[in-house]
Amino acid sequence: PSLRAQASCVQYRLVVREASTLQILQLYTCLDQIQHMEWSSDSLFILCAMYKRGIVQVWSLEQPGWHCKIDEGSAGLVASCWSPDGRHILNTTEFHLRITVWSLCTKSVSYIKHPKACQQGIAFTRDGRYMAVAERRDCKDFVSIFVCSDWQLLRHFDTETQDLFGIEWAPNGCVLAVWDTCLEYKILLYSLDGRLLSTYQAYEWSLGIKSIAWSPSSQFLAVGSYDEKVRILNHITWKKITEFEHPATVVNTKTIVYKEVEKSPSVETERLSFPPTRALASSLFSTQSKYDIAQVPVALQYVKPVADRANPKMGVGMLAFSPDNCFLATKNDNIPNSVWIWDIQKLKLFVVLEQLCPIQSFQWDPRQPRLAVCTGTSKVFLWSPAGCVAVQVPMEGDFQIVSLSWHSSGDSMVLLSKDNFCVCYLEREEV
Amino acid sequence: MGDWKTITVPVLSSDSKNIFQYTSEKKITPLSMNSQVLRLPLPSSKSMHSFLSAFCTEENLEQSISYLNRELTTLGFPSIYAESKGKELNLISIINSMNELLVRQHKNLRAQEEVEMQHLKLGSDMDHLQNCYAKLKEQLELSKREIVGLQERDRQLQNKNRNLHQLLKNEKDEVQKLQNIISSRATQYNHDMKRKEREYNKLKERLHQLVMNKKDKKIAMEVLNYVGRADGKRGAWRTDKTEARNEEEMYKVLLSDYEQRQKQLLVENAELKKVLQQMKKEMISLLPPQKQKPKERCEDGPVLSDLEEDIGELNKENMWELSCETVREQLTNSIRKQWRMLKNHVEKLDNQVSRVHSGALNEKDVISREDHELETEKLELEIQQCKEMIKTQQQLLQQQLMSPCDDDTTLLLQDCYLLEERERLQEEWRLFREQKKNFEKERRSFTEAAIRLGLERKAFEEDRGAWLKQQFLSMSTDYKHSENVTSPSAFLGSNTAGFDQDNQLAKPTSRQRKPQCMLSDPVSEEPCQISQYITYDSAATKKSAGEIEPNQWVESDKEETE
Repeated sequence: PSLRAQASCVQYRLVVREASTLQILQLYTCLDQIQHMEWSSDSLFILCAMYKRGIVQVWSLEQPGWHCKIDEGSAGLVASCWSPDGRHILNTTEFHLRITVWSLCTKSVSYIKHPKACQQGIAFTRDGRYMAVAERRDCKDFVSIFVCSDWQLLRHFDTETQDLFGIEWAPNGCVLAVWDTCLEYKILLYSLDGRLLSTYQAYEWSLGIKSIAWSPSSQFLAVGSYDEKVRILNHITWKKITEFEHPATVVNTKTIVYKEVEKSPSVETERLSFPPTRALASSLFSTQSKYDIAQVPVALQYVKPVADRANPKMGVGMLAFSPDNCFLATKNDNIPNSVWIWDIQKLKLFVVLEQLCPIQSFQWDPRQPRLAVCTGTSKVFLWSPAGCVAVQVPMEGDFQIVSLSWHSSGDSMVLLSKDNFCVCYLEREEV
Repeated sequence: MGDWKTITVPVLSSDSKNIFQYTSEKKITPLSMNSQVLRLPLPSSKSMHSFLSAFCTEENLEQSISYLNRELTTLGFPSIYAESKGKELNLISIINSMNELLVRQHKNLRAQEEVEMQHLKLGSDMDHLQNCYAKLKEQLELSKREIVGLQERDRQLQNKNRNLHQLLKNEKDEVQKLQNIISSRATQYNHDMKRKEREYNKLKERLHQLVMNKKDKKIAMEVLNYVGRADGKRGAWRTDKTEARNEEEMYKVLLSDYEQRQKQLLVENAELKKVLQQMKKEMISLLPPQKQKPKERCEDGPVLSDLEEDIGELNKENMWELSCETVREQLTNSIRKQWRMLKNHVEKLDNQVSRVHSGALNEKDVISREDHELETEKLELEIQQCKEMIKTQQQLLQQQLMSPCDDDTTLLLQDCYLLEERERLQEEWRLFREQKKNFEKERRSFTEAAIRLGLERKAFEEDRGAWLKQQFLSMSTDYKHSENVTSPSAFLGSNTAGFDQDNQLAKPTSRQRKPQCMLSDPVSEEPCQISQYITYDSAATKKSAGEIEPNQWVESDKEETE
């Protein structure tokens, strides 16, 4: 979280580097292969979780000699995370038997029983005051709200879901969105004190919600579902304002469609020298791509999912609001190569980015309406309302970007591939 | 006998046939030769000649003549013999009859022609009609076949339709069935899932127990040293106080969020209201300056004045403070009224424009109207948007305030309130008028009374004067040389009874508004006025007495009268 340092782990080693220069600051060795690594909120500690051994090791940045080891023993470890105050670690034991809260200040232990085994079972409010935990007892779903300062159980209420899939706080910390499994389209909104504010159900029987996203102002809740649509609910009436469709053909003349086009660089035969230099070789074989504006109507690449498999690759799987609340980026898994960007002020489709390869992930710049997209190739794509650009990672060999992550200041981002990572620095315009 | 016209041969031939049958019995030999020739259906001219010569020869002349005579007479012609018995032929009659025969022949020929013509015509008509009949028959056949064909098609289509309906019904039933199946399966799956989950939970519990029992000690945390809290404070015990505080904080958070939202909504609302007010004003300003038929003007007039009054009322109130139902309803209703008026206005303008277009075109007017229409369109759009926003705002506020007030009842209440006020005002007016009338009556009565009093005073004065004269005369003889008993001031000796009465008199008179009671004013000012014992002096005192007297005596008169 802090701006200064950045940590990466390789196998069983934890490497902390300086963010601006990538100079190694610290080096820690853990007992086993690290599965998960997380910074504490005040950037003083890093936890490394090793699920196989059931051990969590915590390292301090200020005092390299300080160490801490939490052993879950036979209870096993499935997930581990920090609490918002940076002094407690929540471990989820195997089979989701319980969540253990370890305190670094007091060495005390608390248990939360019957946590729910779902994707997003724990949610913290943005200000770090409250924590919501999804539980399941006697085949019924419950949500418990805890006060993070003293872990007091504030509210405990049951939800009307069949099988709770996820919970997420609104950025203002007053509303909790709870949604059901994909077999049933149901999203419930609870206020901080446990009252049910509203339920929303768009249709029955078909596969339901795939992903949700809150707008940064808590005004809108975007619900992406398996029917390739995104429905936007407003925070005053919790009713649908509009729905966005993702058809395979874009016909609206007002949307701009950027198409990634590959072009191989021209080689000047005169300049060829023997043996060929490395730079030349890499540039010869790497293909550059740029964006072309395609004329509407544009037919996008549509992939029909296999009908008889579970968790089909259809529907809106990725949703993200821009930090200024103006844009919403979505990805329809039926059209895996495109990112759809919607203008929230006009509630219309603004831009479609069509790439050559399926999109792996995208993320908004935390400060501006700038979207970074990676598709598993060695290029990262940036879009902003001014235009879009394809950036090649200057590396020898292949660098397949699998995921990316912005720095909180919006000046740089980390591009991750399977084995390596690279940091991309973005220049700020001199005003 | 030579040149016979051979025009209508068949008639002759038929005649000739008859004649020949007759004459052939008599003269076979000369005729037999010719009969062969003459039995031909269409004899030629040659045969005609031979036939003609064959009828009458030198031998049978007389017989033929007599035969002819007989025939002619039977035909109605006069006899060709002369009147005398002799065998002298009447040439004239013969020629006449010949002529007659010729004429008849011609006639017959013509008739024959005509008949033949008609025959031909009729024949052609018949042909034509037969053709027509045949054609119509064909057409009828065709159309019958077509009808049959169409009927067939119709039947087929109806069948199709019925089939499709049936299919649709079947499909719907299937869909319903499938939905039922899905729902039943879903419930079954849920049930099974729950069962499995319970089993799983049991296993988990068991496992947990086993695990915890065996290696309890391994679960531990090793820390080199305690870490201070992030905010530097010490950890606090969890007590009831802290619990209560947590609850409080939570509610505070919620409340602050709601308050913020409400503020935003209020601000939005106020802005919208302002916009609506502006729009209303603009709408109103648009309507009157338009020159229209006087009818519409006077229709608009009273309505506008009412609306202006309403607007004045609304503008007086602080819009940004009030968010109550009544103000909102007033605003929306007034805007709706305005909008209706504007719409009517625009429609009338449109009609006028169309009429103007059909008549003489005045470009200036057309352009101004077009501009007006554009403006009204823009206003229309704005109004619709504002209306929608207002509706949503209304809904939101209603939800927040949760006041179940009905549109109709508020309107009625308003109307009732206004009516009440009006009635009250009217009553007050009535009362005021009545009071005015009463006062005027009183005034009049008082003036009359004053006038009467004046007159009576005069009369009484005179009487008194006379009486006093008498007295004086009688007394002057007695008291000529006595002292002046009384000074003029004695006249002002008070008589308490009279004084009181005087004051009492003065009071009602002073109550009169008009200065008609000036007479009584000097009376009231004088402290003691009436003395019953009036002494008289010389003429000077008498004069003064006379001056003063009337007052006093008026009073005493009043006394007496009262």
